[in-house]
Amino acid sequence: MLPLPVFDHHKPKTLSAALDLLARLGDKAVVLAGGTDVLPNMKQGLVEPEHVVSIAGIEELRGISLVREGDEDKLVVGAGARLVEVESSILVRRVAPALAEAAGQVGGPHHRAMGTLGGNICLDTRCRYYNQTYFWRKSLGFCLKKDGTVCHVVRGGSRCVAAASNDTAPALIALDADLHLLGPRGARVVKAHDFYVADGVKNTVLEPGELVVRVSITRQGGRRSSFEKLRRRNAIDFPLLSIAVRLDVSGVETTRVDAADVVVSALGARPRRVRAAAKIRPGTPFDVAARELAEGAYAECKPLPNVDDDTEWRREMVPALVERAVTRLEG
Amino acid sequence: MTDTRKPSELRGLVGSRTRTLLAPRVTGQVRYTDDIHLPRMLWGRIVRSPHPHARIVRIDASRALARPGVLAVITGKDMPERFGIIPWTPDEYPLALDRARFIGDAVAAVAATDERLAHEAAELVDVEYEILPAATDLQTAIDKPEVGLGKGGKDNVSKEVDLAFGDVDAALAESDVVIAGDYYYEGSAHVPIETHCAIGNLDKNGLLTVWSTTQVPHYLHRELSRVLRVSPTRIRVIQPPVGGAFGGKSEPFSLEFCAAKLAMITGRPVKFLYTREEEFYAHRGRHPMQIQMKVGAKRDGKLTGVDARTFIDGGAYSSFGLVTTYYSGQLLTLPAFADTYRFRSTRLFTNKPPCGPKRGHGSVQPRFAFEVSLDKISRALAIDPIELRRKNLVPPNTTTLNGLRVTSNGIEQCLDAVEKASGWKERWGKLPKGRGLGVATSAYISGTNYAIYPNAMPQSAVQLKVDRSGVVTVFSGQSEIGQGCDLMLAVLVADELGLDLGSVRVISGDTDLTPVDLGAYSSRGTFMNGNACLMAAREIKSKLVAAVAEKLDVDPRNVLVTRGALVVVHDPSRGVSVTEAIQLAEAKFGTLGAVGHYNTPKLGGEYRGGTIGASPAYSFTAHVAEVSVDARSGIVRVENIWVAHDCGKALCPTIVEGQMEGSAYMGAAEALLEEHVIGPDGLHKGPNLLDYRIPTSLDVPDLHALIVESEDQEGPLGAKESGEGPLHPSIPAIANAIFDAVGVRIDRLPFSPARVLAALRKKQADENARHAAAE
Ligand SMILES: Cc1cc2nc3c(=O)[nH]c(=O)nc-3n(C[C@H](O)[C@H](O)[C@H](O)COP(=O)(O)OP(=O)(O)OC[C@H]3O[C@@H](n4cnc5c(N)ncnc54)[C@H](O)[C@@H]3O)c2cc1C
Ligand code: SF4
Repeated sequence: MLPLPVFDHHKPKTLSAALDLLARLGDKAVVLAGGTDVLPNMKQGLVEPEHVVSIAGIEELRGISLVREGDEDKLVVGAGARLVEVESSILVRRVAPALAEAAGQVGGPHHRAMGTLGGNICLDTRCRYYNQTYFWRKSLGFCLKKDGTVCHVVRGGSRCVAAASNDTAPALIALDADLHLLGPRGARVVKAHDFYVADGVKNTVLEPGELVVRVSITRQGGRRSSFEKLRRRNAIDFPLLSIAVRLDVSGVETTRVDAADVVVSALGARPRRVRAAAKIRPGTPFDVAARELAEGAYAECKPLPNVDDDTEWRREMVPALVERAVTRLEG
Repeated sequence: MTDTRKPSELRGLVGSRTRTLLAPRVTGQVRYTDDIHLPRMLWGRIVRSPHPHARIVRIDASRALARPGVLAVITGKDMPERFGIIPWTPDEYPLALDRARFIGDAVAAVAATDERLAHEAAELVDVEYEILPAATDLQTAIDKPEVGLGKGGKDNVSKEVDLAFGDVDAALAESDVVIAGDYYYEGSAHVPIETHCAIGNLDKNGLLTVWSTTQVPHYLHRELSRVLRVSPTRIRVIQPPVGGAFGGKSEPFSLEFCAAKLAMITGRPVKFLYTREEEFYAHRGRHPMQIQMKVGAKRDGKLTGVDARTFIDGGAYSSFGLVTTYYSGQLLTLPAFADTYRFRSTRLFTNKPPCGPKRGHGSVQPRFAFEVSLDKISRALAIDPIELRRKNLVPPNTTTLNGLRVTSNGIEQCLDAVEKASGWKERWGKLPKGRGLGVATSAYISGTNYAIYPNAMPQSAVQLKVDRSGVVTVFSGQSEIGQGCDLMLAVLVADELGLDLGSVRVISGDTDLTPVDLGAYSSRGTFMNGNACLMAAREIKSKLVAAVAEKLDVDPRNVLVTRGALVVVHDPSRGVSVTEAIQLAEAKFGTLGAVGHYNTPKLGGEYRGGTIGASPAYSFTAHVAEVSVDARSGIVRVENIWVAHDCGKALCPTIVEGQMEGSAYMGAAEALLEEHVIGPDGLHKGPNLLDYRIPTSLDVPDLHALIVESEDQEGPLGAKESGEGPLHPSIPAIANAIFDAVGVRIDRLPFSPARVLAALRKKQADENARHAAAE
């Protein structure tokens, strides 16, 4: 078996203790929630921490609830919520179906039992030349995301384009979720869309020592959402594409779309919001919306050969998945 | 249905659905090799080449040896002896002596006090390489003989076979239809859940014990002795239960030699456990094959001739390659075939992990090409593909055109069974667009006629020990690798001697305890080991019968063995329990024991290579696959596979069905998902279980096992093989079903969505062009 390297393990019980520890240990430490991403990456030498700070024992990070804020209802999901909890929560399924669907399609049952929403949000980007053992990467000559100087996906490229592979990210963006962060410089709220940046080495704005604490999503009448994932097997596989769609449907006239958001991920380092979605005019019939969104997504989304399957096929599947996601929301 | 079996047979465990003896397997009680922890045990780790082809200039282990806890480092020079499973082609060293031939080739090994340290120490071994030109794919190996991977370095050829039977050219010329096709079968890996593991230990008496996840303890015993230059009398090989092998553990591997050598050097036990990545480098998986095949037929569907030209990608070493090259042609002539045949197969070395025998060794790839060709012929002639096969079946009790002796043959019943179960007549060609049925057939060996090294001794043997408490122990050289051979033996012995399964012990796979059997490969276990076991059991039985006859004062012919007792035939109230019978026999004859063996009759064609593919019996299979194809995505889903398999006689039907389902599953996996791809740089595309995709439980079709029993005259109680044959037709049946569903042919594996979608688009474009031209 590939052994884990040696490290010191810490398991703080409170959020403040965790933040203190992280501030003290600096870049020698890595946060571990469910460990389903961090531990395999450590075995492959992709992260080499001296300290591992487990946040799995922190009660404050758990729980799923509906909270009244002013005249709005907000779905609040703790970063420590397990994906299986997110997937099966009635609240999430009512308010944010795309999130429940995305969580339910992560990995296999074991990953969802251990993996957390926070860990999924902060998942490292993935690439066929990166998520390999040290020996393999050495044989390749490494790459600029880790230990090397070149990119094998974009030859001559100076920027890592490893794929954002977390299924919940496009759902959270499409649902316009707020991410609540807490770090050495205090608390802040960042829109899911602004949380990600186009840099495969580190594709979030998370600062050193900062944690995702929870996620909130405003409940709105007439809001529908769905999630579609492209993969070769019906479980385990990371996305070859993941697509979230949000539609706002006016009160009585439920066959027409007033506004839409479409987010496509597993293309490059950052999930992509399809611009064509903003152009949907209020009152657009479903079938027209489906076609326009699919065409828009096809024109705007160009997968890279960063994950292993036929790139052209992945591109062809963008409109098919968008159309399916939209059509599922009709009626 | 009325049961026509005799009452005594009805009571038998043979043919019953018992699962006894399998419980430890499914409840986690079985102790695999990696579960063995010896006191003071060290961990080994192999240092591997990061280059596809390189000369080893220098190895400097000083940094590794300087680490506290690192006890030894060995290199090729410590074991400068070639080995190879085929005695004529030894071309591997336990650790490469001067040249590394693929990324992952073993060049050195370390022993350290724990696993992590061993991994770290391996990184500290400095190897200086001189990089050599490489051939990392079949075409380069063909085009660039100067890479010089073959013997003598003048080309890359590993083996060539060129055989012709009858005048193929004339036959094809006289045909009404000739289908010519180019097929490519991508390589695949075995992916056993248990990776290779070995432990070496040298005791103070000088006995070297090697525990290994091997399926060939006997060959390993021989090769350890030769390579390590230790007398076989000082070596014991123990094969604990194996967690899946599928052919991937049927020859010696680096780790076994290294564990033994390091144990000899350090005086401590040493364990090696391959990581999943190393498992992919050790490989011996299915050979990629590029096949050009022509098949001709007359208008009435009678096949006329088959002409095949095949290039085989062998990877870095010979392995079983000599046999693979023959099998790529020799095993095609059953169950439905033409009157003339020619094949020329060339196996080439490439700088890739070595290929070897995977379930259905050598014959799965040409079977795909041939059965798809038959489907194309059936369309061209408008003959139902099942009928087409029926018209060309080789009958029972004949010899094929390449000299294979055929005895029992249940292919007709197999075809009938799948035709009926799948609703073929009502549904083939009539399903809604996007859904389709396809059929394919195959035949496979029940063991090979000749041992891997020439000798006149039995291929398989069993010893029985009979204890006066009523326990009978079977000592068998067979390897229990999850296929259930221990249960098969127990059932045979229990029925012969009237025992319940709880009174039979089976001890297998230990060169000190058990007589020689050549191993768990070529689907030889049931046929050969079963026969050996029956021979021994019948000897004991006759002694029990004689002793009981004497006691009851009846003629031995009137003593009947029933479950639990030996009774008088016409007066079953008179009898003695089996235990008492054993004691009577022990008193009469002395300590009870027996040996049994099996050797094959002389078989095979009278030409060079004519014995390869000769088997005492052949199994037969027919599949019908049902698929649905999504035209938008190109995604193929296999909904059902009906598998009818003539196994001669199902001694343990549960296990036979398991083998049939497992085979069909594995074939479907190769058809749709699995591909063992090495990139142009010689790097494995992704030596892990995320990148190399085996089906999850959600991706498995509904499998319907339909057992056919042709009662082979020479098999143990009529039995033949069931472990490999039922894999073959899966792939062409699926390919043919895709054609039925959407009208495209995918002649290259796997049938990935990208490939299917591209074919659908091309078909659409062609149709559009035709319409435009017509207007
Ligand atoms: C075989 C396999 C298949 C998988 N398939 C999928 C898939 O299909 N889709 C998918 O999306 N994922 C997949 N995963 C990845 C992983 O299981 C999930 O993304 C999971 O949600 C990660 O959560 P975790 O709690 O285990 O994260 P961890 O591994 O504990 O952490 C992941 C990262 O997030 C950071 N982190 C965790 N929590 C926080 C926090 N609260 N604040 C700040 N940083 C934090 C960690 O430091 C680390 O960098 C797969 C993993 C495996 C091994
Ligand atoms: S995209 Fe390029 S730099 Fe980034 S991980 Fe892949 S190969 Fe490395």
